[in-house]
Amino acid sequence: MSDAETPPDTTPTPGEQGEDDFEPVEVFPESTEMDLRPGADNCYKCTSCDVSCPVAEVDDEFPGPKFQGPEQWRLKRKEDASVDDSIMSCSNCMRCDDACPSGVPLSQMHNTARGEYVDEEMDKLSREYIRNRILANYGTLAELGSMFPRLTNAIMGNSLVQQINEKVLGITAEREFPDFATQTFREWWNERGGPQVRSEDKRVAYFHGCYSNYNTPEVGKAMVRVFEEFGYEVVVPKQRCSGTPMFANGMLDDAKRAAGINAENFAGLIPEGYDIIASCTSCSMSLRQEYPELFDIDGLEDISEHTYEAMEYLRIHEDLDSALADTSVSEQSFAYHAPCHARNQGLDRQAVELFRDLDGVTIEDVGDSCSGISGTYGWKEEKYDKSMQIGADMFDHMEHADGNVGMTECPTCSMQMEHGTGYDIKHPLQLLEEALV
Amino acid sequence: MAITDDVLVIGGGIAACTAALSAAETGAQVRLLAHKKSTLRQASGLVDVLGYAGDDGPLANPYDGLDELPEGHPYRIVGEDGIRDGLRLFDEAVGDAYRGGHTDDNALVATYGGTMKPTARYPESVASGLVSASGDMLLVGFESLTDFDAPVAADHLEAAGVPFSVRGVSLPFPKTFRADAKLTRFAKALDRDESVESGTVRSALADAVADELDGETRVGFPAMLGDDHDTEVRDELADRLGVPVFEVPTGPPSLLGLKLEDMLFDALDEAGVRISSGNPAVDFEADGDRIETVLVDQKSRMTPYEADQIVLATGGLVGKGLDSDRAHVTEPVFGCHVPHPEDRYDWSEPEAFGDHEFARFGVVPDDELRPTDADGESHFENLRAAGGVVGGAHVAREKSASGVSLATGAVAGRLAGEDATQ
Repeated sequence: MSDAETPPDTTPTPGEQGEDDFEPVEVFPESTEMDLRPGADNCYKCTSCDVSCPVAEVDDEFPGPKFQGPEQWRLKRKEDASVDDSIMSCSNCMRCDDACPSGVPLSQMHNTARGEYVDEEMDKLSREYIRNRILANYGTLAELGSMFPRLTNAIMGNSLVQQINEKVLGITAEREFPDFATQTFREWWNERGGPQVRSEDKRVAYFHGCYSNYNTPEVGKAMVRVFEEFGYEVVVPKQRCSGTPMFANGMLDDAKRAAGINAENFAGLIPEGYDIIASCTSCSMSLRQEYPELFDIDGLEDISEHTYEAMEYLRIHEDLDSALADTSVSEQSFAYHAPCHARNQGLDRQAVELFRDLDGVTIEDVGDSCSGISGTYGWKEEKYDKSMQIGADMFDHMEHADGNVGMTECPTCSMQMEHGTGYDIKHPLQLLEEALV
Repeated sequence: MAITDDVLVIGGGIAACTAALSAAETGAQVRLLAHKKSTLRQASGLVDVLGYAGDDGPLANPYDGLDELPEGHPYRIVGEDGIRDGLRLFDEAVGDAYRGGHTDDNALVATYGGTMKPTARYPESVASGLVSASGDMLLVGFESLTDFDAPVAADHLEAAGVPFSVRGVSLPFPKTFRADAKLTRFAKALDRDESVESGTVRSALADAVADELDGETRVGFPAMLGDDHDTEVRDELADRLGVPVFEVPTGPPSLLGLKLEDMLFDALDEAGVRISSGNPAVDFEADGDRIETVLVDQKSRMTPYEADQIVLATGGLVGKGLDSDRAHVTEPVFGCHVPHPEDRYDWSEPEAFGDHEFARFGVVPDDELRPTDADGESHFENLRAAGGVVGGAHVAREKSASGVSLATGAVAGRLAGEDATQ
């Protein structure tokens, strides 16, 4: 057997393997680049990843994760072979990681292949590149838009502007651009004078990401109020995008720059006793898994080891079950969707597990399908229909669920849920705030 | 603080699911801790109990072979009662979707290699293709699905001396997909009855097969006859052909395995079992001979899970519940003792299908399924083991993998639940 994550320990340990004189032969010269060979070698072609891929399910032309990862890696050993353009159809949902029984780091292989494709194959003046660069840097766009939120909302909501976006940029006109909040989360944070609770031993640093800062500050506020209720000192360091949309578009230089800034602002807090909390499961995924997989920057390993999703943190560090047992909320009924990125972190069932016993609440999981939007994927004009086909199962289950309010941790999943059903969508932290604060 | 339950079952396969269901029956709060998507999707979906024991086999009745098994075999520990309890839990979980529960006897199911597997429970879609039932058989394969070579499988069955005639044909599938299209794509085309030039996929397939039929009274396909609408697909084909239609279980991606996974996980949900999946259990904290906390590697950071009782059901060498290097075989989570010959050249036999020693590697359970150390003492008073991680059975030769998982899962889960709720 083989396992990329835990290569066999070939160093003899005294007393244990000391009598075994086995010395491994160095077949390949040491390389300073990322070595993905074990990933390719560990694949035994069972196709479990392909069966789990939501894009392959609706797109007959997409060769699937097995090709994008191990097979493409092997093909590229030939000198004249370049990365196939089908890599751009991977939505980076990372479900293949969870499906592989042999430890092949599929999403890491996809991210590196996509980065290489964009660097070497893509025309930097093409509409696709410009569009993808804009989508990948949503944080920068949102920063500008938020300066005059009402004006921006009016412009972006204008159907003529939407048509132009589609024709000129290839951003679908089918979707309503999300409204910018009139006050960003950070503006609110500064206005209230920062932390209201100080503590020496219960400290967290909040990674709010772009969306709960510019679009849904109520999620960020809920995070702050819930953690302060439990006696945590919350700080909100300066930060850039987690990188998720950049990985998905192969913009690894942009992602690396943002990761460097985040490392600078967060890593130093860890020795002071702070853990890092994210409310978006893609942000926490990026900080935990993609950062150390893709970049060699001081502090990223530390950040990875100290990052938690908000509710996960409370489940581990507080007695959330008891806290919720003693409280109740107004009658409400939710259709919960677990984001793909929550799955690989083991967080896909926690909301239902916690809230199903909360007085006043009924909550139902709408199944394990992907919502289909996958961040920027569903915003692309040529991907829109596929995105909606992937989401069809979820829409169907939502409509059959008792609840008429949706719930999810992921901002773009929530866009898709709203787009497909017209439901209002809440973040679990908002319900936690209602129950506990 | 830690995430706390009464019983923690580590694993995601058939043994872990059974242990969790069994523990839940005692009233305990149970959590299943699975690393990745269940390995059931790699499995055929057939549930065997015992097909071969000692020099006997294939066995008509699995219970007749129990006395032939060596000392230390998991079946010798849990006994016939344990096996029956495992099958009861399985039958309750899958309901009408499986057959075979009407008798103790084994059925013989044709595999996609054309061999016969003694099996205790089999999916409903397999039922009319039993080799232990009579009726001439036509096997249909598809040129683009190379895993199942129908003419070869048919020749194998004929050569094995089945008491009916078997013929195999390879046909083009009515709809063309890219060359490396997966089995699931074919299943979906049948599910949706996609249109093709001469009508729809189902009718075109039935027409093509009808041309080949030559008096056979049943027709078998690789297990790809629909996913969400499988019964409908099978019924329509049978109706159009005028003879029963059945599926031959396949290797991965195994739709029958995927469907079994769904059924078992639905049963867990129904039983109130909590599930955490996506990350491996890698370490633990103990106080003397009691495990207090199991540590899960949640992307390079440890998340603690606490429980009164723990069931280890992480699988064998393939499932990664056992690990090995050039000198040692280990159980990586709790470091339980795994006996093995010192010289690694004694671990295996020269013949590919020989009586390999490594196949029996695993932890050594006491009479309550607690893994023991080299002196025969249990490692921890609140740790039990079930399924492939338990040593002493050569499940591939015996055709006993599912049964060992069901039986040890049922017993380990019940004992853990009883201890936790006492």
